[in-house]
Amino acid sequence: MTSTREQSRTDIHADTPVETQAEVPPQVTPAAPRVRKRRRPVTAYWRVVGTIAWKDLRAEMRSRELINSMALFTAMVVMVFSLALELDAQARRSVVTGVLWVAIVFAGMLGLSRSLAAEKDRGSLDALLLAPIDRSALFFGKVIGNLLFVLVVAAVLLVLLTIMFDMALMKPLLLLVVLLGSVGFTTVGTLLASMSVHARARETLLPILLLPVVLPLLLSAIRASSAILEDLPTVEWRSNLELLVIADVIFLVGAYALFDFVVEE
Amino acid sequence: MTTYAEGRTRLLRNLTYAAAILFVLALLMDFFYVGPEAQQGEAQRIFYVHLGSFLGAFIGFTAAVVAGIRYLRSRDPKWDTLGLSSVEVGLGLSTITIVTGMFWAKPIWNVYWTWEPRLTSVTIMWLAYAAYMMLRAGIEDPERRRRFAAVYGIVAFSSVLFTVIIIRVRPDTIHPAIGPTQASPEGEFEITPRIRDTLFFNLFTFGVIAVTLIWYRIRLENLFLHIERRKMDLLSQEG
Repeated sequence: MTSTREQSRTDIHADTPVETQAEVPPQVTPAAPRVRKRRRPVTAYWRVVGTIAWKDLRAEMRSRELINSMALFTAMVVMVFSLALELDAQARRSVVTGVLWVAIVFAGMLGLSRSLAAEKDRGSLDALLLAPIDRSALFFGKVIGNLLFVLVVAAVLLVLLTIMFDMALMKPLLLLVVLLGSVGFTTVGTLLASMSVHARARETLLPILLLPVVLPLLLSAIRASSAILEDLPTVEWRSNLELLVIADVIFLVGAYALFDFVVEE
Repeated sequence: MTTYAEGRTRLLRNLTYAAAILFVLALLMDFFYVGPEAQQGEAQRIFYVHLGSFLGAFIGFTAAVVAGIRYLRSRDPKWDTLGLSSVEVGLGLSTITIVTGMFWAKPIWNVYWTWEPRLTSVTIMWLAYAAYMMLRAGIEDPERRRRFAAVYGIVAFSSVLFTVIIIRVRPDTIHPAIGPTQASPEGEFEITPRIRDTLFFNLFTFGVIAVTLIWYRIRLENLFLHIERRKMDLLSQEG
């Protein structure tokens, strides 16, 4: 690889007059590391992010403590809703997005508090913080890990509701709304869960901290999904979708800026 | 008294008198200077206290964001004291906003409460700052409590922004607004010069009241911390 690159460079310079001959070695040697140096931080950063997300996934695949309880919990939320609201066919249509999002949020909070609490109780959080990596890479790794869990729950829910509520929920746009809503939810959720693990009553504190912050996001997610399910024209849900994207960007930037202060010790 | 400068105390006392006088004047204006509004009649008079107290709450929550950023930069506990004080005052004043809104809604909407976008968002805002207090109560290590409170004070401000802008972007709101909204592009009610005078006077008054209350709360917190330190000193002497 390097030899051919050098070869081509010297070939180009061979066309030009004599004095370039002397310049060739100093030009080639700094050029090669410069390219690598420009690339290295980006790839290394995302490799760390991927490693942390992958670590969470692998731990989960081996223990299955989180995903099973989250899936069972969502199934029970669906049951409770259909029992409590005594849903007939008409009522099911109007509440299905509400059920979807409430179940995603509740199951998601279960996963969030568990994911950070396990990290802290086993002492692995300290080890992660000691590692010579960017703190934000750690944060985005955890976010991606948690996001995957939430998306699995959402997928289970979509299948479950499609079957049990007899509705066609598998629309690409609805999936997009679910993805956008989950991104915002897990971003703030991971930030706040890493604070609530230090509190005395951490399991109760996380919902209290998280719900008021994500409710605005949830509101537009529910509105957008309802409108999409009803096959309403684009104007009905576009503003909500835009609001979701804006909220996601704000949450990502804000959490990125604030996470350092949460985990420093 | 070495903890507080005499001059500061005198200034605060004068500010308190000023706030009290301004508040009485503002109430007199609400009841006697401004006439009943064309569409809403007498019930509209509560609006000045309603918006004024929201401005006070807004000042409090904004101060909490500033204090949070300053704390995270400097790690000076005084900024945490400011954050705590302004959130508490903001919570109190936003409670006044909600309660006065309910009393206004009964004659106008015929219910105390309705699930309308802005009422929902202001409740979310109130809950977010109640959660701030819960967070403080739940964390024992003082340094960590200050740090987390600063972070959450910044995060929770998103609910304030949401409350402020929701009325402009949602077409289905029935909450009145000054200026153009999606629901009614040319504005809801006509502003006469007297309404404008009363409104600005009330806004100014509640601004002064908010600052005064925050100042008192800071002093109270400083006294708490002072007693705390004295206790520690005493215990270490005995030990």
